[in-house]
Order: sequence, then C-alpha cells, then structure tokens
Amino acid sequence: MAAAASDMVDRLGRSANSLKRWVDARFPLSKLIREHATEYYASKNFNFWYGFGVLATVVQVLQIVTGIALTMNYKPSAAEAFASVEYIMRDVEWGWLIRYLHSTGASAFFIVVYLHIFRGLMYGSYKKPRELVWICGMFIYVCLMAEAFFGYLLPWGNMSYWGAQVIVSLFGAVPVVGEALAEWIRGDYYISDITLNRFFAFHVIAVPLMLVFLVVVHIMALHEVGSGNPDGIEIKDYRDDSGKPIDGVAFHPYHTSKDLVIITVFLIVFAFVVFFVPDMGGLFLEHANFEPANVLQTPEHIAPVWYFTPFYAILRAVPYKLLGVILMGLAVLLPFFLPWLDRSPVKSIRYRGWIFKLALAGFAVSFLVLGYLGLQPVSDTYTLLCRLFAIPYFGFFLLMPLYTSWEKPGPVPDRVR
Amino acid sequence: MMVHRIIAGLLLAASAASWGQDHGAAVAELAPADNDIGDIASLQRGAKFFVNYCLGCHSAQYVRYSRLGEDLGLTDAQVVENLMFGAGQLHDTMVSSMRPEDGAVWFGVAPPDLSLIARSRGVDYLYNYMRGFYADPSRPTGSNNLWLENTAMPDVLWELGGTRSAVFSEHDEDGIVTRSLEHFETIREGALNEDEYDQAIRDITNFLEYIGEPIQLERRALGVRVIAFLLIFLVIAYMLKREIWRDVR
Repeated sequence: MAAAASDMVDRLGRSANSLKRWVDARFPLSKLIREHATEYYASKNFNFWYGFGVLATVVQVLQIVTGIALTMNYKPSAAEAFASVEYIMRDVEWGWLIRYLHSTGASAFFIVVYLHIFRGLMYGSYKKPRELVWICGMFIYVCLMAEAFFGYLLPWGNMSYWGAQVIVSLFGAVPVVGEALAEWIRGDYYISDITLNRFFAFHVIAVPLMLVFLVVVHIMALHEVGSGNPDGIEIKDYRDDSGKPIDGVAFHPYHTSKDLVIITVFLIVFAFVVFFVPDMGGLFLEHANFEPANVLQTPEHIAPVWYFTPFYAILRAVPYKLLGVILMGLAVLLPFFLPWLDRSPVKSIRYRGWIFKLALAGFAVSFLVLGYLGLQPVSDTYTLLCRLFAIPYFGFFLLMPLYTSWEKPGPVPDRVR
Repeated sequence: MMVHRIIAGLLLAASAASWGQDHGAAVAELAPADNDIGDIASLQRGAKFFVNYCLGCHSAQYVRYSRLGEDLGLTDAQVVENLMFGAGQLHDTMVSSMRPEDGAVWFGVAPPDLSLIARSRGVDYLYNYMRGFYADPSRPTGSNNLWLENTAMPDVLWELGGTRSAVFSEHDEDGIVTRSLEHFETIREGALNEDEYDQAIRDITNFLEYIGEPIQLERRALGVRVIAFLLIFLVIAYMLKREIWRDVR
C-alpha cells in the first residue's frame, strides 16, 4: 500500500517536472521565479518601515477584487447611483462587507503609501541608483490620487458632488483655457450624470490599468537595482564565493515569511476598522455623503477626504486662486525631483547630520498639521497656521540642495548592522 | 477607539458651534442620546412609534419590512399587523403614502427620507431635535425648534409629550444679541410623563440609528471572530517566520 502510494507520488513528481520543462522551454517561468523570488536577495536587516511596500500591493489587490464585486451591483447613473450603493449595503449578500472593505481600503491605501514614501525619505531610497524606482513610485502616487478622486464621486452623495465640483473648478483657474478645460473634464456645465459616467470609466478601468502597469514597472526597476536598506549601503558590494550578497537573504522564503507576519498584523488593524469603525467618525465615510447629491444645497462645510487635505490646506492658504493651484501642484510635484535636490553622499538618516533630521521632521509635522487644518472650516487663525506650516513643507525640498551640501555626514559602515 | 472619540468630539463641537452662529437661539451642547442599538425591545418600540408618527410624511425608502421583522425578532404576521398599515407586500420598502411633491407644497420642503438620517446627522442631533419643539404661534405649524429654527416640521409628538412654550433670555454682547433657553413652560400635558416621553424619543432615535445601517447589529460580532482568527493566524505566521529565519545571523 505504502509502496504504491510512494510510487504514485514519484510519478506525479516526474509529470510535474516534465510539465515545468515543457513550460520553461516556451516561457521563462522558472527564470522569473528565480530572479524575482528565490534568488532575489534583499538585505536581512529590514525594519518595520520596509513592510509598507508589500502592504500597498496587498491593498491594491484588495481594491481590485472588491471593486470588481461592487461594479456588479453599482449603477453609474445620477438617478440610481446613490440608491444602488444603499442596495449593496442592505440587500446584496455580503455587500456591506465588500463596500466597507473598499471604502476602508481607499484610506488604507493612502496610509500605507504615505508611510512607504516616508520610509523612502528617511533612508534615501530615491538616491542613485534608484531614481527611476522613485519617479515611477511618484507616478503611482499621482495616479492613486486620480483614482481616489474619481472613485469618490461614484456614491453620488452630497459631499461627492460638491467635492468634485470644487476640485474640477480648480482647473478653471488656468488662464485663458481654464473654463473650457473644466467643461471638457465634466462633459457638462456642471457635475452631472455625464460626469458620473466618465468618472466611472476612469475609476474602474483607465486608471487601475495604469496603476497595475506602473506597479509592475516600479517592481521591475527595483529588482534591477536591488532593494535598499536602513543603512543605505549596497549589499551587492560584498558577496560570498557563490556570488550571493553576504548581507542579503532570498526574497523567498525569507522575506515572504516575514511579509506574511506584517500582512497579518495589518489585516488585524484593517479588520478592526472595517468591523467596528467603518466610517472612522466621519473621516473615512463623511456624514454629509449619506445625503444624496443635491445641486441646490451645498454641505455645511466642504472638505476633501483626509488624504487630500494637506494639499487642500495649501490651496486655501493662498489668496489668489491661480497661485494657490500652482503651489498645490508644486507640493505634489516637488518630491519627483528629490534624487537631484539631495546632494548628500549618504542615503540613510542614520548617518546624516542634524539639519537633515530637523528638515525631515519639520516636513512630516507640517504634512500632518496641514492635513488637520485642511479638514477644518476656514478661519483667519487657521489660514495663518496654514501659511506658517507650508514653510517647512516647501523648505524641506527647496532648501535641500543647500543643507545637504553643507552638512558633514557621519561615517557609513561597509556592512549592514 | 480613543482617537475615534476625540475626532467625533471635535466634529460635534465644531457643528454645535456653527449651529450656534447660524441661528439666534444659542443652545447648550447636544445632550447625548444614550441609545443602545443592542436593545431589541427599544428598537421594536421605536419601529412602532416610527410607523405611527413619522411614516405619515417621511419614507425610509431603503428599509424593507421583511428585514425589520428578521432583525427585530418579529414574525411576518406581527410585522403585517403592527407595522404595515397600507396594502403592500412584506418585502416592500417603507414608503410614505404622502408624495414628496405634495410635501414640498404643503410644508415648503419635502420631508427628507429617513433611511440614512442617523448617519448624516448623528443620533445626538436627532434626539435633541425631537426634544426641541416648543409652541410658537408665529409659525404656520404653531411650533418651532431649538435646534433648527423655523423648521418646517410640526410638533408631531405633541399627543405624547404635551405642548410647551420656551422662555428665552437675551444677551447683548457688543451689539450681537444671542438668545439662550431659560426654561420650558408646560401648556398642556401629554399622554406620557417626562421620563416616558424621553424614552420614547430615545427609542425612535435608536430605531433611526438601526435603519441607517441594519448590518451593525451583526458586524461587530463578526468582527470579533475575524480578529480572533487573525490573531491565531498571526501566531502561526510568526512561528513559521522564526523557523525560516533560524539560520540567518
């Protein structure tokens, strides 16, 4: 009996092997697995900051899967959209869970991406030779903003409606062609059924397709140059006799097993929000958005969702609309140029001087404070605070060529700690 | 949870402040509704009040009678007998027999659908709003409201809570006159005493919170099980990671 079973296993193994050879002769399957998993070496000293990349991938998959499920019952028309979301919440089997996973996923996407970007700032992930990894990542971020903006209109709540109205009207600030441009985006003189239809098209296919493509490019570029590490040194410089980096461990099974722990911790926090505070007190699902879009009645206080508010605060802090739009655009664009703004020879914050540390801390604090201010109603004090906190935000980037050349970095070790 | 409370507190403070600015009658903070969504008896009473006093004008167009029965532990016969007054099917949604167009003509504004009112306004606001009616002969409905001045809605619960007038005091601060409520004076007693009436309003508030999101009766319980599973899985994943990383120095 046992002999027969082992014979069976043997034969299955041989068949699997010959199938693998057959595929490998026609498609580089084993090669891909080797290059991107079993023989892709990444530093063994990753700290928790290095977990947010894989979490962003997990959230992206979650958004795509839940998004597909939502489109099966959602109706992209001004007359039916709001009711179809409530239909999903009440009458579709597990519809409420799918919708909460998707709406919480949107906020989670930005949280993990912001932390992922901050990791890059701390450990110099944008510096040579990873400039393209960084720039591609910034394009992903911009696409993500577009994706979130288009998606936010779809529930057709009153905040969806007026939020879109405000943001699209920003294009009206562009000289000469502004109004025509805003009209072209809306497809109408105001946000209407036509706008909802095209935003649906962008949200469910155009932008996600671009995002998936950019993520593949991001990871391919990363695997070409190799992952960084908290010490900001190149592990490829020290190899053993077989040519494998001494301080690296294979992505699979080492980093994958670590990632499984990180993903599980993330899912626990995520599930807590989904099941206990899905609206996050009005931050993730805004109160005014539980009223259907109303052309005649603006919500008491229009604010974008929390992940856009740092930029919204900058926009509001400037008295001239066009200048505000330009500064807001600049706030998003400046990080693209980091690889060339930073003149320091070292990558990691561990070996940088106090000026960089101070500038980065100032940037992080100003981002959070601006985010808070962007959620608040306008007042003179808040406008003043917005202007005040915009200084460390822009200063971090614009003064970087100066302070990174002045300061003397500490000695960098040869091997990771 | 703490953060959630702080955020909710901030939002509440901000909204209360703006109401105070918008309307002459500056009232103190919203009293907490203190309703308990897990109290099925309260939800049943709330449903009964809702169909008797609200549904005449307001719909809850996303709420199905059959779902109410299921969630509130009522048999189909009980739902038909106690909650459904018109003709209609058990799976119908709660649609008022008053057409919104008529409402707009009669009251100046169509009575809003109440399916999601608790999610857009919050339970504390609803609880206070319903308690905030007072007699005001200058209004076409004969009543006014502390929380929504010149509201189009009449004091539909007068039968239960009686009628009262409000005595305001005026404060002049640098030329800006604000009013604040001194006290109520009973004009006519209602069928319920003060505590009973308060509980009735709490029951309606509770019911409105429930219909805002019917699944909330179940999702927290499911959440506990999901998180318990993930915690066990975390232990297994961590042990796997430790085993695999054993040979890494």
